[in-house]
Amino acid sequence: MIEPNRNGEVWVFAEQEDGSPHDVALELCGKARQLADRLGVKVGAILAGWKVQELSRQLISQGTDNVYLVEDRQLEHYLTQPYARVLCTLIEKHKPQIVIFGATPLGRDLAPRVASAMRCGLTADCTDLDIADVNDPAAKTTHKNLLLQIRPAFGGNIIATIINPERWPQMATVREGVMPLGTPDMLRQGEVVQEKVEFQKQDFAVKLIQRHREQRQVNLKAARTIVAGGGGVGNKDNFKLIHELAGAVGGAVGASRAAVDGGFIDKDHQVGQTGTTVRPALYVACGISGAIQHRAGMEESAKIVAVNTDPEAPIFSGAHYGIVGDLNQVIPMMIKALKERPKE
Amino acid sequence: MSYHSVVCVKQVPDTANVTADAMREDGTVNRAALPTIFNPEDLHALEMALTVRDRYGGTVTAISMGPPMAADVLRDCVYRGADRAILLTDRRAAASDTLATSYILSRAIRTLGQYDFVFCGRQAIDGDTAQVGPQTAEKLGIPQVTYLEEFIELKDRTARIRRNVGNGWEVVEVQLPVLISVLDTAAEPRPPAAKRVMKYKHARARAELEAAVKAGLPDATNGERDSEIERRAEPLRARGLMLDQWDLDDIRADLAWCGLAGSPTKVHRVQAIVLTKEGYTEIPPTEEGVRRLIRELVVDHTLG
Repeated sequence: MIEPNRNGEVWVFAEQEDGSPHDVALELCGKARQLADRLGVKVGAILAGWKVQELSRQLISQGTDNVYLVEDRQLEHYLTQPYARVLCTLIEKHKPQIVIFGATPLGRDLAPRVASAMRCGLTADCTDLDIADVNDPAAKTTHKNLLLQIRPAFGGNIIATIINPERWPQMATVREGVMPLGTPDMLRQGEVVQEKVEFQKQDFAVKLIQRHREQRQVNLKAARTIVAGGGGVGNKDNFKLIHELAGAVGGAVGASRAAVDGGFIDKDHQVGQTGTTVRPALYVACGISGAIQHRAGMEESAKIVAVNTDPEAPIFSGAHYGIVGDLNQVIPMMIKALKERPKE
Repeated sequence: MSYHSVVCVKQVPDTANVTADAMREDGTVNRAALPTIFNPEDLHALEMALTVRDRYGGTVTAISMGPPMAADVLRDCVYRGADRAILLTDRRAAASDTLATSYILSRAIRTLGQYDFVFCGRQAIDGDTAQVGPQTAEKLGIPQVTYLEEFIELKDRTARIRRNVGNGWEVVEVQLPVLISVLDTAAEPRPPAAKRVMKYKHARARAELEAAVKAGLPDATNGERDSEIERRAEPLRARGLMLDQWDLDDIRADLAWCGLAGSPTKVHRVQAIVLTKEGYTEIPPTEEGVRRLIRELVVDHTLG
């Protein structure tokens, strides 16, 4: 735990793997920039690994002022305890007021270990962050410029705003894909600060024996259009309709959990709280009832079209266009209309 | 060689099936209106602990922190094969955030004395934080291995584990003791064993007896209630059917780190999800309707 430090920087943990930055790390640099500008402080990024200095440029181009670089051969592949040691050492040294991590499997492994060691608060899986003064009527005080940590809770049925008024740094993990990725400014200036961290033997209690990475077959986050199918599609064979419509519109194929559980399509395609969060220009939901867990992953889409036989399906309440009808009839009509569409 | 495993389990509201009845006007959730279940991933954690015991020998102790009714999930643990169950219940632990919760759990685990494994589900479905596991490991000063999908083997007090890291997998080796969080894609939980259900269905924690006596004898004095609780506990104890129950004093917890006082995070505001109907257009399921929709999407540049 560190004392509240109003001049402390806003920090981002710059998650990287094999020398490539994770998208969410770059997304967070932009968000950290906004927060830091509100507070009148600098943005710092913690970059740990082996031969990763080159990434500093990218972090700076997305809004970072100071890149705290820790290069060590022992940090080549992520391990919880050595990375936690890096974070704790640098937090105690520089006393940032805010530290944010991507809510990736790695970030959600690391951040709680750090928060526990620092005895500070941590909010998981935020979908938004903001700065505001918060009144504490019980203590008759106002906490100036606190980090508001906004997240869905209770299976996505409510939105909670969490604060961490006293035991700093204020820490949060942030869901991937919810903060828009900024346009890099390659002329932006920043500083790379070389840091040295001492490890202890017990930091290496876990040994990495084998490592396998899969190239993601689908990149839902980058898709401009997503056509998604749900349990209402009925079976795997019928799911071809979803692929056909996606092909006709030049989009990616998404799915609800029901469709994945039903074996219609691979889990990589799952949109929602336990899948990918997406924000395409167009999201076409076919045979998806619209459980809150699914909507949490797609409601930021610019335009939502829902097709469902059940007029009471919750998916319609978040949609811009609704078609109450059988997708087996509606999808072929859509494909036909797309082929015949007027070109702009 | 035998190995002692602790499994942390949680009783949770069934958030996957929240109905409008469970929401209050102010947007908060009325937990009492929701059915409770065994947190799904904790069942997989229990299964992993039982698997380790079956393969390598040892014991499995289930711990649940919660109100008296959390004894339900502990009975379930015993039905499925746990050797011992401990209800960790104390009003002073209410409103604990993940940091305070992990502190309390770590005190309870230390109170048990010797342990080799701590298993927990990756996350609970009411909070979805996945923080308590890693935080408990840190408080215990032991390594953590998150996202276990397969327990490969145990040799010379070294466990070999395959973990799923989202975009792939890793095999790691770790010296005991270790805390392991388990995914729901790990081995399917075994069902309750009928014989054990018959044997343990009357098992109770003291807090449950207290609640029952309080409800049954609303006008009794404290002394009368105590003797009634004792009267009911006696035969259960004789048959080995009293579940262990600990409070914060039993685990010598520092109250400054428990409950509201021990929780750095505070809930500032809670809002129900409000769905907006704004700008909704219903399209008839006809060729003409669909053509109009596509045309609109082209005109506003949604479609190229």
